[in-house]
Amino acid sequence: MAATETLRVVETHARAYKRIWRGSVISTFLNPVLYLAAMGVGLGVLVDEGSGRDALVGLDYLTFLAPGLLAASAMSTGAMDGSWPVMAGIRWQRHYEAILSTPVAVRDLVAGHLLWVAVRLLMMSTIFSFVMVLFGATGVIEAGRALLPAIVTGMAFAAPVTAFTARSEDHVGLTNLFRFGIVPMFLFSGTFFPISQLPGWMQPVAQITPLWHGVEMTRAWALGLTPTFEPGLHIGYLVLWTVAGWIAANRLLEKRMIK
Amino acid sequence: MAPAESAQLSGGADDELLVRARGLTKKFGDFTAVDAVDFDIRAGEAFGFLGPNGAGKTSTMRMVGAVSPITAGDLRVFGLDPAADGAKIRARLGVVPQQDNLDEEIPVDENLLIYGRYFGMARAELWPRIEELLAFAELTDRRHDKVSALSGGMKRRLTIARALINEPDLLLLDEPTTGLDPQARHLLWDRLYRLKRQGVTLIITTHFMDEAEQLCDRLVVMDKGKIVAAGSPRSLIERYSTKEVIEIRFPLGIQETVEDQFDGLAKRVEILPDRILLYTDNGDEAIRQVHERGFQPESMMDRRSTLEDVFLRLTGRSLID
Repeated sequence: MAATETLRVVETHARAYKRIWRGSVISTFLNPVLYLAAMGVGLGVLVDEGSGRDALVGLDYLTFLAPGLLAASAMSTGAMDGSWPVMAGIRWQRHYEAILSTPVAVRDLVAGHLLWVAVRLLMMSTIFSFVMVLFGATGVIEAGRALLPAIVTGMAFAAPVTAFTARSEDHVGLTNLFRFGIVPMFLFSGTFFPISQLPGWMQPVAQITPLWHGVEMTRAWALGLTPTFEPGLHIGYLVLWTVAGWIAANRLLEKRMIK
Repeated sequence: MAPAESAQLSGGADDELLVRARGLTKKFGDFTAVDAVDFDIRAGEAFGFLGPNGAGKTSTMRMVGAVSPITAGDLRVFGLDPAADGAKIRARLGVVPQQDNLDEEIPVDENLLIYGRYFGMARAELWPRIEELLAFAELTDRRHDKVSALSGGMKRRLTIARALINEPDLLLLDEPTTGLDPQARHLLWDRLYRLKRQGVTLIITTHFMDEAEQLCDRLVVMDKGKIVAAGSPRSLIERYSTKEVIEIRFPLGIQETVEDQFDGLAKRVEILPDRILLYTDNGDEAIRQVHERGFQPESMMDRRSTLEDVFLRLTGRSLID
């Protein structure tokens, strides 16, 4: 991997993003505002007045939900950026073919793409953390600590989804990935309720998902709690997904583009 | 590669040899797309690969472009091995793919800018170059438009301009005018002709014989992965065809009843589903004899031989099915 070539790929992404950044920032801001208002405040009142408090280890629902939703949003951003734009580059607009006709190699393209997703995750998580503070879910310093696990969560999806996209024929595979992978994880990996509420057999399944580890760490560091396992274990698991996905993305995109 | 061999390749008479292929082969599973072809391409020439779709032209071009590993044989581009020095080779190439792959969401001039950045060129160096290329492609007044707003011919010209951003030593054009209307084609040919006169080395694949005749100094005719003939357009026509061709068309249903009666009228007779071709060096005489034998064709046309006739002679098939 050549560092300068990688940075040129990042530069192109940034140049394209410059044209849409206003809309992107507004929706990145509005998304958590709407979710936290509806579920955190609206639904949260019912949870807090009911028997919810015990399961939520004494937290009010908004506080419980906000960092979980940050991790889940990072997953969503990572998975989105790893899928549709990659398929567009391979197949719909075919600009990957154009890029690979220059000194840029597949590994530079993948590295530049993932580095850009990391930048996007940093932007998205920062805005989200700001909203968390606005809603009084946590303090400024704690919100800042939540950035790292959130970004790593996003990367644990961006890299493997990029690999998955590199070997998907068309949008059908991607639609199924979201339908059967991302959406169920979003709902059942501890974002909206602790996985202790799941039927016994589903709990270990939830613990295998990278999102659960991301939610666990993001929530712990945003709220000053102790995570289920050692922080290094949670983060390490996410890094493992990232690295494995990255290696697979290099191989599969090479196979797809250089034939 | 041994140092001695490398010195030999990059010095002396071989200095002018930009591409050298020996036994070059490309297989996809059991299918052999390119079957042990040999060719040399020298600096300053316009070299063509002529053949129908599926002849192996694009596969050959992709191997030369260092984006497709060779299956067997030997290939040198600028004296370098694409497997080892792909990035170095690509840095000196300009590539115009069969299908446009511009970034549709960004403006015309930024497409050129980002592409130049992939070659590591500085912005200060790029902007004057972009002005030149926009003028060359006649897109100066469309520079701020999104690519998606351009016509097919304009996109094609932009793709060629983009391929020139790094001042390549070798320009690869894969079916450059396929899908364009005649007017856009002629404008594009004019631009390519200018490049040729400036000394840019061109490699062109095409299934249009008129394109090959107009642009190529030298070409190879490909069919089913093999090179079946090589030479200048003129020499190929002289070697494989006659000076003139008489095209004879009959009213519907008549051709089948008379097509075995043309023996001896010409050097060679070719029966196609919709017409009969007489290959002769004396067109007037052949036409006279057709009338003399009492045939009553719907139309008869005397034309000069083209590369299409060469291809028909070599393969028994038309270039465009």
